[in-house]
Amino acid sequence: MNRNENVVARPQKNPSYKNLGLFHRIWIHRESYLLMLPFLVLFSVFTLLPIFSAIALSFTNFNMLEMPRWVGWLNYIRLLLDDQIFLQVLKNTLVFAFITGPISYVLSFMLAWFINDFGPTMRSFLTLVFYGPTLAGNVFFIWTFIFSGDYYGLLNGWLINLGILREPIDWIGDTNYVLSVVLVVQIWLSFGAGFLAFIAGFQSIDRSLYEAAVIDGVRNRWQELWYITLPSMAPQLLFGAVMQIGASFGVSEVIKAVAGFPSRGYTADTIGTYINDYGVVRFEMGYACAIAVVLFLMMVGTNKVIMKLLKGLL
Amino acid sequence: MKVRFHRLRTNRKLNRSAGGNFLLFLVLALLGAFMVLPLLYAFVSAFKPMEELFIFPPRFFVANPTLDNFIHLSQILSNYWVPFSRYLFNSVFVSVVATFGSVMVSSMAAYPMAKHSFPGRKPLSDVVVLALLFTPQVLYIPQYIIIAKLGLINTYGALILPAIQSPLGVFLMKQFMTQIPTSLLEASRIDGANEFTTWWKVVMPSVKPAWLTLIIFAFQSIWNQPGNSYVYDEAMKVLPSIMGQIQGGGLARAGVVAAVALVMMIPPLVLFQLTQRSVIETMTTSGIKE
Repeated sequence: MNRNENVVARPQKNPSYKNLGLFHRIWIHRESYLLMLPFLVLFSVFTLLPIFSAIALSFTNFNMLEMPRWVGWLNYIRLLLDDQIFLQVLKNTLVFAFITGPISYVLSFMLAWFINDFGPTMRSFLTLVFYGPTLAGNVFFIWTFIFSGDYYGLLNGWLINLGILREPIDWIGDTNYVLSVVLVVQIWLSFGAGFLAFIAGFQSIDRSLYEAAVIDGVRNRWQELWYITLPSMAPQLLFGAVMQIGASFGVSEVIKAVAGFPSRGYTADTIGTYINDYGVVRFEMGYACAIAVVLFLMMVGTNKVIMKLLKGLL
Repeated sequence: MKVRFHRLRTNRKLNRSAGGNFLLFLVLALLGAFMVLPLLYAFVSAFKPMEELFIFPPRFFVANPTLDNFIHLSQILSNYWVPFSRYLFNSVFVSVVATFGSVMVSSMAAYPMAKHSFPGRKPLSDVVVLALLFTPQVLYIPQYIIIAKLGLINTYGALILPAIQSPLGVFLMKQFMTQIPTSLLEASRIDGANEFTTWWKVVMPSVKPAWLTLIIFAFQSIWNQPGNSYVYDEAMKVLPSIMGQIQGGGLARAGVVAAVALVMMIPPLVLFQLTQRSVIETMTTSGIKE
């Protein structure tokens, strides 16, 4: 179904609508603008204005104490040509984006789909189980107890008891392990906005479609998924994809809590924590903004590609 | 023909095979354990006495449960000159007002974006999606400057107003609203309803699962926002900001930190369970039908 055809077109019933002036068309839709007004005002003040300021600041030298000083492309040149650590954190960011991103996206969808088959009580329980970690907010500090590098760490304790290890492994301090540890925690936390939207999405699908499908010869759940569920879920799938891009490119709180800030030799740091490092710790706000703009462009690019892929599929 | 009718009557459960069900059960159980065990560990850690937190071999469950951590927590809190109830009030007030505002403002804005063809619809929707992709960390400083210029520092406004505008909320609601059949909206218009009435009486009931979901997101993120940088007045602070100070106390407070996390977890959890239930109750009579 082409979604654009599904738009209310009351004024277009008037054949001369296309010939009307812009202001006339805006006037016809005055109620629409009025409905959007509260959001547009707050959104401009608290999101758009800060975004534009951040982009402007990326061309300056700003230490948060003195007035910003214009430096042109200098921050970008330094970032892309002169910053060895940026390459390291860029690599980590891509690892997070391309490992945890697809894994949690597909898992979120599959789980929401399985859960939907259960009765109300079980469904509510399972949703709680998988959304629990996200719901619990800052509980991810518990992973530092589990992966603690000494004998008191739960994982080390278990592995030593089972005879797999003799000496405790310093999961968080050892640069060979720390990135994997954070990946595990990130997947644990990743059943977020997308997952809940999928759960709600399944509940918005018209039941009669499935009954009609059985008559039309759909025999198993995979056919049902492919021919009915996926197309009916297109809006939620797109929402989930955008949220997933944001979540997997922007990982930072988890890394700070689990691996330390900055992690040893920046082995687990991502662009997200790197921005924090420059912006909040070193007070080089101009440079931090330039990093943010580069991250933003990467996310926009990925978003475009994924939207194309999904729209081709659905 | 007989078989078909039989299938039709006994609903789509018949489409599932036993082997597939077993596999699903296994996957769900393993993943479920991975999700739940750390949470359970955090929960039992809150009841562990200090010596049990640091023993070898480490024990998952608590042997001698104690409320010491909670008592210790309340002692720490009683040392602040502002009573705990004040922080609790601030947190509840800010979260409830901002969540309500966010759901209303987001769905009001989402309806025209999903269903009307006004000039500027496409660029506006694109901007909302792009805003979701901009790193929040670098926005704090410009946001701080704006909030300061508006004279909102040390007011509830600094915590509530930025939280009400939620590109995530608008995007979510918009995605759900595109599924509403246009004929439903046209019927409401023929009955003479204006857009505001159509939004409230027709659109909102049709997307109940969506706004219940948005309530969960919004409440949870607002409940957990510390707002440290906008509110310095002790009497205006919210719980996460106080909890953050306690968590800064280091290893000696490991048990108390678990207790804090537990206390902070309860309100979103309760709200989640309540909302969940009504999502499930509405699903049988979803208004979305052509």
